[in-house]
Amino acid sequence: MSVDATLSFEEAMEKYDPVLGFEVHVELNTKTKMFSSAPNVFGDEPNTNVNEVDLGMPGVLPVVNKTAVESSIKIGLALNCKIAETCRFARKNYFYPDTPKNFQTSQYDEPIAYDGYLDIELEDGTVFRVEIERAHMEEDAGKLTHMGGAAGRIQGADYSLVDYNRSGVPLVEIVTKPIEGAGSRAPELAKAYVAAVREIVKNLGVSDAKMERGNVRCDANVSLRPHGRERFGIRSETKNVNSLRAVEHAVRYEIQRHAAVLDSGEPVIQETRHWHEDTRSTTSGRPKSDADDYRYFPEPDLVPVVASREWVEELRATLPEPPAERRKRLKEAWGYSDLEFRDVVNAGVMDSIEETIAAGASADVARKWWMGEIVGRAKVADVDPSELGVTPQVIVELNKLVEDGKINNKMATQVLDGVLAGEGTPAEIVEKRGLAVVSDDGPLLEAIDAALAAQPDVAEKIRGGKVQAIGAIVGGVMKATRGQADAGRVRELILEKLGVEG
Amino acid sequence: MAAINRDDVAHLARLAHIEMSAEELDRMAVELAVIVDSVKSVSEAAGEDVPATSHPIPLTNVFREDVVGHTFTAEQALSGAPDAFENRFKVPAILDED
Repeated sequence: MSVDATLSFEEAMEKYDPVLGFEVHVELNTKTKMFSSAPNVFGDEPNTNVNEVDLGMPGVLPVVNKTAVESSIKIGLALNCKIAETCRFARKNYFYPDTPKNFQTSQYDEPIAYDGYLDIELEDGTVFRVEIERAHMEEDAGKLTHMGGAAGRIQGADYSLVDYNRSGVPLVEIVTKPIEGAGSRAPELAKAYVAAVREIVKNLGVSDAKMERGNVRCDANVSLRPHGRERFGIRSETKNVNSLRAVEHAVRYEIQRHAAVLDSGEPVIQETRHWHEDTRSTTSGRPKSDADDYRYFPEPDLVPVVASREWVEELRATLPEPPAERRKRLKEAWGYSDLEFRDVVNAGVMDSIEETIAAGASADVARKWWMGEIVGRAKVADVDPSELGVTPQVIVELNKLVEDGKINNKMATQVLDGVLAGEGTPAEIVEKRGLAVVSDDGPLLEAIDAALAAQPDVAEKIRGGKVQAIGAIVGGVMKATRGQADAGRVRELILEKLGVEG
Repeated sequence: MAAINRDDVAHLARLAHIEMSAEELDRMAVELAVIVDSVKSVSEAAGEDVPATSHPIPLTNVFREDVVGHTFTAEQALSGAPDAFENRFKVPAILDED
């Protein structure tokens, strides 16, 4: 396979201005398919979640899934789109074994949602508005596995195997308008845009939004034009870029490849490109041609969808707070710095911290426990922090034990380990492990006497006013009590004993 | 005369995966032109105040509740397949990755 020439990203940016466009497919998590009552479930045995509609048998009648329409309207609203008063389905005709009907039921000139936008916040806080052209309803295709040939790629494959379980799964395809002006931030914006769409559909609860399962799939369009020219260059469409990192890399790579093509004086070919994660590059698919003549026409088996304004407003009223607004609100309420808040978000514990605060902890206490203790333990256990088994109540209880002086911070982490080991509630573990801070002054005074006797010179210094020397005596007491003493109380008692003002 | 010629017919035949001989193309070009002309007379009857329609009956919002219904077993699904392997349909490899 020949390797395409590329320019460095910096050189490409000096010479050219990138224009982007995205088509993001979102699989809805309805119980059943778009047009049939077969289950919409990932990972089942091949060809078991199908019925006659999904297999494209002659004479069958598709019926629209109402929940899928509602989910589509919610997505449209969350993308600040207008919702069509009336819209239709259309047949997109093509022959390929992933679609047994020989057409995909989609929407063509009447998408259910159109003319929206999404404000994308980049890492440094810059906000970039991406205009949404449309979001339309359609159905997913079956899954092909290419057998023989090289490493599962179609080139050289002997035959393909088809599983129609995915056939008919409801999809919403979100199409942007051309995105201009991103400049060298184009790859970062690409990643942030897809991340934002994924977050929105997850937050709406309309999709499982797992990219590794193909719940959210991105086709990335890239073209370059010389700086200052208004007319767009010729674009390539990189298909199925299925992780956030890959979206960023694919856009970056295509910019570099286009720049090299344009520099050589050749035109860019308008074509489909395939992204390869292993080589972090794209290869040519097929050129756009007559094969793209899909002969769309209105689907005669499905009647129009009319979204009354009442229905739309009912759905709008159910929308959760948009993720970006929620983050902004929580950051302000908690008083975290930009860096602290970003770390919390990246560690995936924002929801957990919110719940912990709701359970009664302060924002700082919640952050201290989740970021300081739980995230690290979750990493070791290779689970999400929220799935480690620490409830907000545990943290509130632990913190109260510390604040009441019953245990110190070091003991608290041991109690946390006890909770994770299933030994019971924090209070029970303190009891069972005998971790309580020694608060009875009797044993403490004995230990203090012993420590003072062992270090008479230090005792003398303290008496003489050198209070900072007290650390050595406190250390001796803590050692004698195996860390179970309240260091603050020990200090008080020593000063009292020596008759020195703290 | 309708705007459909022999090249259009050849193009459509290719898109529809229908193999047609030279004679068939010639004949179909004439016949399809007549059909298209006939359909056109309908457009003439409808004035500009008549909106285009895709469905003869004024029905909208025929929906199904999102409740799981019947499915086939893999064996049933594959019962009409010319070829199968490991509960999946076996088809010739076609160079196209969409």
